Amino acid sequence: MSFLAGEYDVIVIGAGHAGCEAALASARKGSRTLLLTLNLDALAMMPCNPSIGGTGKGHLVREIDALGGEMGKNIDKTFIQTKTLNTAKGVAVQSLRAQADKKKYQEEMKFVIENTDNLDLKQQEAVEILTEDEKVSGVITHTGAMYKTKAIVICSGTYLKGRIIIGDVSYSGGPNGIFPANKLSDSLKKLGFKLLRLKTGTPARVNKRSIDFSKMEVQFGDKEITPFSFENEDKDLDYDEQPCYLAYTNEKTHEVIKDNLHRSPLYSGNITGIGPRYCPSIEDKIVRFADKERHQLFVEPEGLNTNEMYLQGMSSSLPEDVQVKFLRTIKGLENVEIMRVAYAIEYDAVEPTQIELSLESKVVKGLFTAGQINGTSGYEEAAAQGLIAGINASNYVQNKEPLILDRASSYIGVLIDDITTKGTKEPYRMFTSRVEYRLLLRQDNADLRLTPYGYEQGLISKERYENLLKYEDAVNNEKSRLKQVKITPSNENNQKLTEIGTTPLRNTITVYDLIKRPKISYDDTEIFDENRAELSRRVKQQVEIQIKYHDYILKQQASIDKFKSMEKKVLPEDINYNEIKNLRLEARQKLEDIRPKNLGQASRISGVSPSDINVLLIELAKNK
Amino acid sequence: MFKEDTIAAIATPSGYGGISIIRISGSEAFKVCDRVFKMKKGSIFDVPKNTINYGHVVDKDTNEIIDEVLVSKMCEPHSFTAEDVIEINCHGGMSVTKDILNLVLKNGARLAEAGEFTKRAFLNGRIDLVQAEAISDIITAKTSNFAKSAMSSLKGDLSKRIDDIKADITNMLARLEVTIQYPEYDEEDLTNNEIVELINSMKSKLNKIIATFEKGEILKDGINVAIIGKPNVGKSQLLNALINENKAIVTEEAGTTRDIVDEVVNIKGVPIKFIDTAGIRNADSKVEKIGIDKSIAMLEESNIILFCIDTSRALDTEDMDIIKMLPDDKEILVVLNKMDLNTNMDTIKAFENYKTVEISALKKEGIEKIENKIYELTGLTEDDEVGNTLVSNVRHKNLLIGAREDFDNAIKMINEGLEVDLAEIDINSALGKLGGITGETTSEDIIDEIFKNFCLGK
Repeated sequence: MSFLAGEYDVIVIGAGHAGCEAALASARKGSRTLLLTLNLDALAMMPCNPSIGGTGKGHLVREIDALGGEMGKNIDKTFIQTKTLNTAKGVAVQSLRAQADKKKYQEEMKFVIENTDNLDLKQQEAVEILTEDEKVSGVITHTGAMYKTKAIVICSGTYLKGRIIIGDVSYSGGPNGIFPANKLSDSLKKLGFKLLRLKTGTPARVNKRSIDFSKMEVQFGDKEITPFSFENEDKDLDYDEQPCYLAYTNEKTHEVIKDNLHRSPLYSGNITGIGPRYCPSIEDKIVRFADKERHQLFVEPEGLNTNEMYLQGMSSSLPEDVQVKFLRTIKGLENVEIMRVAYAIEYDAVEPTQIELSLESKVVKGLFTAGQINGTSGYEEAAAQGLIAGINASNYVQNKEPLILDRASSYIGVLIDDITTKGTKEPYRMFTSRVEYRLLLRQDNADLRLTPYGYEQGLISKERYENLLKYEDAVNNEKSRLKQVKITPSNENNQKLTEIGTTPLRNTITVYDLIKRPKISYDDTEIFDENRAELSRRVKQQVEIQIKYHDYILKQQASIDKFKSMEKKVLPEDINYNEIKNLRLEARQKLEDIRPKNLGQASRISGVSPSDINVLLIELAKNK
Repeated sequence: MFKEDTIAAIATPSGYGGISIIRISGSEAFKVCDRVFKMKKGSIFDVPKNTINYGHVVDKDTNEIIDEVLVSKMCEPHSFTAEDVIEINCHGGMSVTKDILNLVLKNGARLAEAGEFTKRAFLNGRIDLVQAEAISDIITAKTSNFAKSAMSSLKGDLSKRIDDIKADITNMLARLEVTIQYPEYDEEDLTNNEIVELINSMKSKLNKIIATFEKGEILKDGINVAIIGKPNVGKSQLLNALINENKAIVTEEAGTTRDIVDEVVNIKGVPIKFIDTAGIRNADSKVEKIGIDKSIAMLEESNIILFCIDTSRALDTEDMDIIKMLPDDKEILVVLNKMDLNTNMDTIKAFENYKTVEISALKKEGIEKIENKIYELTGLTEDDEVGNTLVSNVRHKNLLIGAREDFDNAIKMINEGLEVDLAEIDINSALGKLGGITGETTSEDIIDEIFKNFCLGK
């Protein structure tokens, strides 16, 4: 028997990285919000790697922050090492990554949520979605509590019919020893969702005291801290740095694994879910790259008040006894004690082409999904979707237009467009190479790109928005000023130029032009511009990047203009592709399936050819 | 795919009509026109709509005047395409018209695809529904035709060879990307030298494909062969012998062939257009002056130059002057004529370092030798037949040339010391262009490649 337990505008199911962002965004936008979780102690849990950010993912966190999300701020409170990756490469591919104190990360996030107005947090398992007139109307939990609502965001992570596999052992379970959610996916199926079965895995955690670090290579982070949140830009963040360590597998390790391959569920057929290629298990690597003599593994701390260490690179679904055996062949791990054994996990997800760009489902109105349920992988990918789904669930309830970010605006836009347009066969991970306009979509300018949207959505304060405008002005003013500062080809100047490692002048140029030269920084040019005012670190950085890459930025801008003209050609909602004779059959089916919003999106569907797009163009013109 | 950029094309049928029109349509039509068109006063922006304006087409890089033209200006939506439209009326010659078109393309317009002006007219509502249905049919027809022609042009090994270059690019991008996505794994970075070397090898593959287009063009459109020489060395006789037709006037009096006469002859399946230039010499007469200027222009337009010499006489200053004006970048075949008369050995010796052929135009001896030499100089072989060339489609050729430019840019950026991920913008652009011929390569393909070849992950 169920009973009416309450009434909300938005209910968020699941309090992982997607759910937390969704609930905070919805509540902060003024919608009465309920956040349900299977276990309050699993809120914002990091069941896999102990870090936030990394290539491509760091961009997502900066974008979340620019839009008014929480992830960046939360990791800034709880990191124990940070590093900007790819500093030897161009600005477009530089990404920030921080090692997190996992437990502290959870605590801080939980505390923020508990202190947010309009937001209730409850430990309840949602078992059924209620609908009325093809719209969501409520949620029933396992205790029979019925909550009425206008919108629902499902962020179920790997919990739906979760199944743990460790070698020849397998059982029903969620991540990290938490129990699974076995009923909700049946409710989704009943509503008409097509479900996928996906797989992921995590390596073992071992006791720090059982490791001989003297046999490994120690790795520290950057000395100068770059915060994730733009709000912390000028603050001195307090942290207690912990090192990571690098170790290697060897012939013996590979031998143990090869001898026990028959006990791996991957080879015995005991795993049916599709796993991601970008995190293959160690046994997979050894089989596929048989000629490689050794593989790297990174030993990373899980937090300050714990001895658990994470073994990046050693994900495995071999039986526990084999895991112990092969780990002990590794230098430094001879006496290692496993605290949590590596496992693979299978779970239900929804086919993401059933989802709109707003993350509302096409199946039931008012039902939004975010995170691993949409076929993605990663904390950052989840949080990004959670934020958008939370914003749009609230907009839906408040009868406002959804926030849709396109591919030219952000990594978030690329992520959502990719999964909803193309679908995915394996858990989807962000890579910078998925982004067409990555020179424009840098992590350093995420605030310039997205904070205006965050402000518009009510998630960024007026003060922060005005600071952004001031910052933008400062950058533009400095750029204009540098165009006026001239350097003559005098002997003295040419001497200085040679000293900073660049070629002497024949004609007068401006400081602006000098910065365009490779390897010349803004600071290098101060000797020609002695009266310059002292600017903040980020103004200087932005000025330098914008000048240096100006020509290439223009080039990308031109491709964006072309891209936008296709995105502006909206396909009518009632268009019947089956009636358009000139479309090829495959294109008709795909278009009917995915129902793209505009021609640009249509052109990205695999199976829709350029000539099909021409046919659609004509169709659009006819109906004008 | 349809794009609303500014397009241009020659709007009049190709041939030798009195006037040709180059049409430019799109939001930047006036801007493009302004970059190539100079009026006595003001610019195209200042003149009212629906006017015809006198001026010159000037290549601003060289400051060279290309032609004297009339330019019509039409403003949106009152034009054929309902966009801003410029029409340049120029003097009919194909070479001038092509030069102007190339200049326009260099200054921001894109070459229009077949039927694209009509398509825009339709899309912008200038054509009514009945016409629209008709065009819809045409476009569908074009698609199936395109499919057919694509099938036939891809039937050779074009698609295989392009896919090969695409695979090289994808492979290189995967190697570049893997160290970007996984900076801490011990995969080795490609060095700049290695990258440049890889791009150069792709470029040379691309060049080979582009060269086949040029061969295809020769087979389709033929080549121009100019006949040059001082008066009375037997140029018209030679032409007559080559075409077996008495079109050029043959006379004993120096300087009577004033108009440029041309004839098309089929040599081993290649259309060869012979251009008999006016006898070049230092003329005082004004009429002849024009003829001589035209001859010089004709040399520019020709692919092969037959330089006619009277071997019965010693070389004089007039011969020497012609030698001096022979362009370096053309194939030159020296025709040693009048071998039936007493030969002056010094004259023959002077051309030791040239490709030569000995004939007697009067007695029609050695004509076949000239034909063989000309065929040789086209670079064609018996295997090259129409339909056998890899690239015959202009759109394909433009995409290939565009991809080559992207490669050049990428190399330039790397050599300038810029980060490789910037050069990747150009490399990706090249990949996109090649994809425009054989089908897209997506970022997913690159990611596939990464995980196929590199060992990474948690």
